[in-house]
Amino acid sequence: MISDLANPERFERLVRPVQPALAAISLLLAAAGLYYALFASPPDYQQGESVRIMYVHVPASWMALFCYSVIAISSATGFIWKHPLADVTAKATAPIGAVFTALALFTGSIWGKPMWGAWWAWDARLTSVLILFFLYLGYMAIWETVEDKSRAARLAAVVAIVGFVNIPIIHFSVDWWNSLHQPASIFRPEGPTVAPSMLAPLFLMALAYTTGYGALVLAAMKNELIARRLQRLRDVAGRKASTVEVK
Amino acid sequence: MTKKQKRFAFLAGIFAAAALAVGLVLSALESAVAYFYTPSELAALDSAPKGVIRLGGLVEDGSVQYTDGKTEVQFVVTDLTARTSVRYSGALPDLFREGQGVVVEGRLAEDGGLAAMQVLAKHDENYMPRELEKALKEQGHWKDQYGK
Repeated sequence: MISDLANPERFERLVRPVQPALAAISLLLAAAGLYYALFASPPDYQQGESVRIMYVHVPASWMALFCYSVIAISSATGFIWKHPLADVTAKATAPIGAVFTALALFTGSIWGKPMWGAWWAWDARLTSVLILFFLYLGYMAIWETVEDKSRAARLAAVVAIVGFVNIPIIHFSVDWWNSLHQPASIFRPEGPTVAPSMLAPLFLMALAYTTGYGALVLAAMKNELIARRLQRLRDVAGRKASTVEVK
Repeated sequence: MTKKQKRFAFLAGIFAAAALAVGLVLSALESAVAYFYTPSELAALDSAPKGVIRLGGLVEDGSVQYTDGKTEVQFVVTDLTARTSVRYSGALPDLFREGQGVVVEGRLAEDGGLAAMQVLAKHDENYMPRELEKALKEQGHWKDQYGK
């Protein structure tokens, strides 16, 4: 399967039906999830209606970590095994992950003001997620500034691997240090501490985000492959033109 | 070593070095990364910290006293081992109440109390509808699970 996908043309043939299907599923899930989150789920015993921000915030934070992990793993695959689609996957994932991270930071901030009493706090969780956002920006900047794309891929891969150290720090920050941010409610050894009527919209939104990521990353990968093919054609044409001039 | 193995070793080495460096920095900064002191940690310090500090814990039951109408408040922050009294005047967050986790920012006064400039409420990891809260309280499961 993975080696089948190594051929970009076969990849494009596979993507053509899958991408719009993922986009449609994501939109349906998001519509159902948002309705459930905003209208059909109960207010929280402490937070009241503000709990509804959680349904947008928590899955966005998961996606922020997930997208970075995808970048790190596919960067390593591209760096070590030279899989032709690996660095395309990593590059295409970066802006999507950056948007999810920004969404998590923004929704966290508007939740923090009424609940904590502060828009922002320099605690370990918030700071490490802000660093994650800057890692995304730095990763994207490398692709933009390094002209030679195979050099850019290698350099970006090294940066992605170094930044991967931050991912476990983000997850465990609330356990390792005193922090203002609450500890994990879902991914904890004793099971979730969220009522079932609140878990349902949370997971719907998480599925909507995940399928939405799938649709976006496939579209971005397709565009990147087309852009690379175009660049190759331009290079060939340029070389032909210069040999004609020499005559 | 083949080229692939070399590239793998290179990347693994970089990751290990980065993890080690970050781990060392974070363990050296241990107390600086922590967002607040607990009352016990504060009591265990050799000398009282000068400047602005943050103190975290639960608002002790029955300790909240409003003076001067509703604008000034006094309460005790406890971690169930040690206690620190706090004076504050200003707006309190919605979640502030007795039994609630809070983080208080301010300066230590001569008497060991904290003159707060900001009070933040700490939210816990429990999410549930009001009906469930009521049901748990009626069945008497509330105290042992949630401590409030």
